[in-house]
Amino acid sequence: MTNQLAIAHAFTALADPTRREIFERIAERPQAVGELAGELPVSRPAVSQHLRVLSEAGLVTARPDGTRRIYELDPQGLAGLRDYLDGFWQRSLNAFTRAAERHHSSRQEQR
Amino acid sequence: MTTDTQPLSITATTTVEVPIEEAFRFFTEQIGDWWNADHHIIEAPLSHMVFEPFVGGHVYDVGTDGSECRWSRVLAYEPPRRVVFSWDINAHWEIETDQALCSEVEVTFAADGPGATTVVLVHRHLERHGGEIASQIEGMRTGWQEGLLDLYAVEVRKASTS
Repeated sequence: MTNQLAIAHAFTALADPTRREIFERIAERPQAVGELAGELPVSRPAVSQHLRVLSEAGLVTARPDGTRRIYELDPQGLAGLRDYLDGFWQRSLNAFTRAAERHHSSRQEQR
Repeated sequence: MTTDTQPLSITATTTVEVPIEEAFRFFTEQIGDWWNADHHIIEAPLSHMVFEPFVGGHVYDVGTDGSECRWSRVLAYEPPRRVVFSWDINAHWEIETDQALCSEVEVTFAADGPGATTVVLVHRHLERHGGEIASQIEGMRTGWQEGLLDLYAVEVRKASTS
């Protein structure tokens, strides 16, 4: 999966408020499905589904702990997001630079 | 939970081959001529953007249906050297109505000779969007990238602009 596609999936994954809540709780400390379901007004299967989406988006990973799986943040996923967001403003300024210089050139030609 | 939340900011720079007055004007009053078309929060297709050139003005998108989406307040307007505008978009990609929870973008322009301008953009106080998230991010600093707040502050939901 290309980086851009991965980032798009991550943004989509976090757009759901419940999923964001789950992600934030995992960010605070790694947790199992049962713990998350116990803390939230959402059923256990719904939590599992949300975790599946977050995993597929590369935001969380699971590690086995006996019979449970503990979910934690995936640093690879966050690194990609951060790089993208650091790039957002740089890309914006680059676009500004090109557009401003083009605009300036066209004005010069009119003189 | 509250902890001492470190300020979080993003900095970007560019040098543009344009005199400073024109660079400032193009950045602000012609924002729609360069803003990323994929990054608009307005639901309707975009008609144009407006950057009101005074303190207390707004930056907003105008839809083809006449709707407006005001996503920023102009906090400082000092042509040709400095402009500051708020970032009134919350973690759910909606307009944040509580000003205390908004970040801000400061853009400074410095002449680099008569025909060029160096532009420095700082998007700061991203931690204001986070609250709980900000303190969690602080707790993660050693092991993880702190990009989550950057995500909430900078990204806007994709909207059809065609």
